Amino acid sequence: MFRLFAHAVIFSSLAVVSASAQSDVPTLTADHKKFEVLKGPFATGSDVTKACLTCHTEAGKQVMGSIHWKWDTVNPATGQTLGKKNVLNAFCGNLATNEPRCTSCHAGYGWEDEATFDFADQTNIDCLACHDTTGEYVKWPTKAGHPLYSPVTQSSRMVPYAGSMIVEEPDGKFTHMPPDLAHVAENVGAPGRDNCGNCHFYGGGGDNVKHGDLSSALSNPSPHVDVHMSPEGANMTCVDCHVGNGHDWPGSRYHGTITDNSIQPAGMRNTDILACNSCHTATPHDAATLKGFKLNGHTDRVACQTCHIPEYAKGGVATKTWWDWSAAGKLKDGKPYAEHDEQGRHTYLSTKGDFKWGEDVVPTYAFWNGQVEYTLLGDKIDPSGVVGINRIGGSAGDPQSMIYPFKRMQGKQAYDAVNNHLLQSNVYGPTTDTAFWTNFSWDKALAAGMADSDVPYSGEYGFVETEMWWPTTHMVSPSSEALECDSCHARDGRLAGLGGFYLPGRDGFATTDRIGLVLLALALAGIVLHTIIRLVMSRRRGEG
Amino acid sequence: MADKQYIKIFAGFERFWHWTQALLVIVLMITGARLHGLFDGPPWAMAFQVHLIAAGLIILLWIFAIFWHFTTGAWQHYIPTLRNLIPVIRYYAYGIFLGEAHPAKPTLRRKHNPLQRLSYLFLKLVINPAIWITGVLYLTVSLTGFDLGTVAWLHVVAAYAMALFVVIHVYMATTGETVTSYLKAMITGYEWVVVDEDKPGK
Repeated sequence: MFRLFAHAVIFSSLAVVSASAQSDVPTLTADHKKFEVLKGPFATGSDVTKACLTCHTEAGKQVMGSIHWKWDTVNPATGQTLGKKNVLNAFCGNLATNEPRCTSCHAGYGWEDEATFDFADQTNIDCLACHDTTGEYVKWPTKAGHPLYSPVTQSSRMVPYAGSMIVEEPDGKFTHMPPDLAHVAENVGAPGRDNCGNCHFYGGGGDNVKHGDLSSALSNPSPHVDVHMSPEGANMTCVDCHVGNGHDWPGSRYHGTITDNSIQPAGMRNTDILACNSCHTATPHDAATLKGFKLNGHTDRVACQTCHIPEYAKGGVATKTWWDWSAAGKLKDGKPYAEHDEQGRHTYLSTKGDFKWGEDVVPTYAFWNGQVEYTLLGDKIDPSGVVGINRIGGSAGDPQSMIYPFKRMQGKQAYDAVNNHLLQSNVYGPTTDTAFWTNFSWDKALAAGMADSDVPYSGEYGFVETEMWWPTTHMVSPSSEALECDSCHARDGRLAGLGGFYLPGRDGFATTDRIGLVLLALALAGIVLHTIIRLVMSRRRGEG
Repeated sequence: MADKQYIKIFAGFERFWHWTQALLVIVLMITGARLHGLFDGPPWAMAFQVHLIAAGLIILLWIFAIFWHFTTGAWQHYIPTLRNLIPVIRYYAYGIFLGEAHPAKPTLRRKHNPLQRLSYLFLKLVINPAIWITGVLYLTVSLTGFDLGTVAWLHVVAAYAMALFVVIHVYMATTGETVTSYLKAMITGYEWVVVDEDKPGK
């Protein structure tokens, strides 16, 4: 088991800064600029990978075993086969038949089609997406994982893309320059926030669309946005918590770790498991104070995130909260169109339907035991209610469950109106006749999507309301911004809708309180009556 | 009729105990009502901390008071008796309106009338222990694993009992010869009492 000094991790970046300022001794043991094999020139990303593998002989095998490569994983608790390759989501929907677009975030090159892509060829691995330190290497969104190899000029700036690699043309168009692969290869290093962020910030087709707590605001966040990642805070990178060990990382929302129960040597953390208490312990508050003592008593049933992430989608980047596919396909003069709100966010796209956005969103709270169950393609649904694209396990009565914050994504998605299961659709395909984003025909898009699966499709579709639960775990605020007691211990507080347990300050005891207050009122009434009689009689005696 | 003298019947500690307890109970009732959600306003965290500090102090005070009662023998003032109980109840329900004399005159050995004895004994043996035991259980519920709702309910029931006691007790304190005479005795310690002690068998 790989272990790490927790505090060493937190302060390592500060140490690097001060050490380099004081001496010429390098902090790394290898300078990649000195390797002949990395001098290039390289025609493709795969050529760089071949060079990497000449020294990093085992890295290919490691990556091939990881979810970043396979997009395929079995949830040990439910037995469900998950991963991007298999699941449906409440955003663009599904990978199948849309590969070149979706696989722009695959840790490889060329996954155009699952049947033809060679998952066993190590040279298909993309090392640079994660290890580039120049910021100039960004996978192009529609090239199945490849970066640009020649300039592309288009009317809009691609996001994400390095600003220094974009040339603004006199006609207002933007030319996107391909990265210099040799320069990038000579400057590889440990992944920074943007390496992970170039994909994970842009899930669902745009900045913060999907997670709500992962956006470009985390590239250079203020402490308010993320106290761990802020340069004015701990300046941590993603892999300071999600410590890579053999190209495998702890932390998954397919199978959540809400608390770290592993046995840890004093002062160290196990890096194959990740929760807040891996570093902060289960008693992070000052137990010498009354408040701290009582807060420590909360950690068994209240996740750290609940109080310490009061809002998600912070830092000015909104997240999509509603996506109604049923409205998609409307055309004006035979052409697709877009509508925006005052902030310039899409509220309607012919390609995608209606949207709602949220910024600084108060999470939805629920008891969670870390388990997540998916409604997979072919699973029966009840279209009369809201269909959970996933469902979270846990309840107030389950001692293993904690109150946890979520982004609850809502919307409407296509389903088979005869067989009652969700459908997958072919949305992307600029040159095909079936893709919805090209031809705006649900019949064609759904038939093409379903043809790529073993699940039967009746040909009759409807739209069903869906929800999807996204655990909120990033964008931790400074402790000064943590929720106060009254945020929940109040009649109409944040947990007003969370049933199944007694919450002081929120829940009275209806009958007991009524009896108690009535008895008190009767006592007071009796006192008033007694006083009046005393006064009246005493006056009479005085008069008599 | 025995002579009465104006002498000290409430010792210094007894008065300190009574008034400190009174202050703490009032603080606990107000903060407790806030914590229970009976009214809004002061921050919950502040109410919680004040409640806990006051609770700690009152438990400490009770420990001292229990020690004091046993070492001084003052506990004997709370031995329940039926003797003269009915006349006292009749007095508060009826005689007081007619200006009758109180049927139980305080003596050095019997500071409290039979009704007081019963109610103070109930306070000390039932309400006080109930409220602090359930309070400690409430505070430590995450350590013991007891059901939070049950512990909270017991604490709330004990709190209503305490509130009822306080309301009635404060009013009864106005029923002396003058409205403030009992209050004065509890502050100064001095009271007109029968010094010629009852002889056995009388």
